[in-house]
Amino acid sequence: MILHFGLFLGFQLMGEAIARIFALRLPGPVIGMILLAVLLLTRPKIGTAIEKTATGFLSHLSLLYVPAGVGIVQYLDQVSEIGLPLAVALVGSTVLAIAAGALTFKYVNRLLGVADETPL
Amino acid sequence: MTDILDIWSYLAEGQLLWLTLTLVAYLVGEGCFRLAGRKPFVNPVLIAMILLTVLLKVTDTAYSTYFEGAQFVHFMLGPATVALAVPLWSNWQKVKDAAVPMLAALLAGSFVAMASAVAIGAAFGLRGDVLLSLVPKSATSPVAIGVAEAIGGLPTLTVALVLITGVIGAVVTTPLLNAIGVRDYRARGFATGVAAHGIGTARAFQVQGTAGAFAGIGMVLNAILTALLAPIFVQLFM
Repeated sequence: MILHFGLFLGFQLMGEAIARIFALRLPGPVIGMILLAVLLLTRPKIGTAIEKTATGFLSHLSLLYVPAGVGIVQYLDQVSEIGLPLAVALVGSTVLAIAAGALTFKYVNRLLGVADETPL
Repeated sequence: MTDILDIWSYLAEGQLLWLTLTLVAYLVGEGCFRLAGRKPFVNPVLIAMILLTVLLKVTDTAYSTYFEGAQFVHFMLGPATVALAVPLWSNWQKVKDAAVPMLAALLAGSFVAMASAVAIGAAFGLRGDVLLSLVPKSATSPVAIGVAEAIGGLPTLTVALVLITGVIGAVVTTPLLNAIGVRDYRARGFATGVAAHGIGTARAFQVQGTAGAFAGIGMVLNAILTALLAPIFVQLFM
């Protein structure tokens, strides 16, 4: 468990270092994730070993957004005048983007003649 | 005997209280979510955010004081992002099989997120740096901050827009996708991750493992694409 967690931190650290060295715009954790994925694909045994820790960790992903979410209070003052147009833009664009992505996935799959997977 | 207010003011200045209350607020949110029969609009993050926001207001606590304690939870976002490699690996065959529809959905979702946010914002009178702050709002927050800086948006406003987008996505995705008849968990998860980054991904993991894995991939791919596409989008359309 500690070892697994150390592995995630180690890859994050590598990601941060690579982002700095090559002045990449991607955040360190995203680079770390890509590197870890490459490792797991070449060494599946490591994947099997850390799978349980990762699944348990990710099942509480929501919790990790709470501190930053509470920070929205800080912007409430500046947002008050422009709040309504921003809210409409966010709701509208999020609905449209999810619909566009999901429908594109579905119809491209259909064009390719692949059946839908795991229907509800 | 020490006054209860003294004890409170002692604890309220420390990290332990706010760290504990962050976990408690989340557990209350989770409890509500379960009690409500796992309805998507009873979102644990949203409930915890509201509870803590009210508490900070009532106790007149500065966000910076709160964050001193809550930063330990916030810090975990980094290793959690790295851990998304594991569902990516365990679903690798499915990912390879779905590479073409995924890339098409990524382009569509990413572009529609940017274009529709800017179009709606402009139609409602938003201009300048506020409008530009909307462009990267579907990307995960560290990427969105960098993009906002690069294109002349307001990074602090962008963080708020990113988080609110995530909560909206987590709340609307299930009823929306049911309404438009997309049943495939890969499509559902992926589109949610592209449009609503980590908070959407957290929601997808609540629903189903494959959906969660595809949402994580959608989030990562859209982080990369937004970093590349947003500056070009702004040059072409704004």
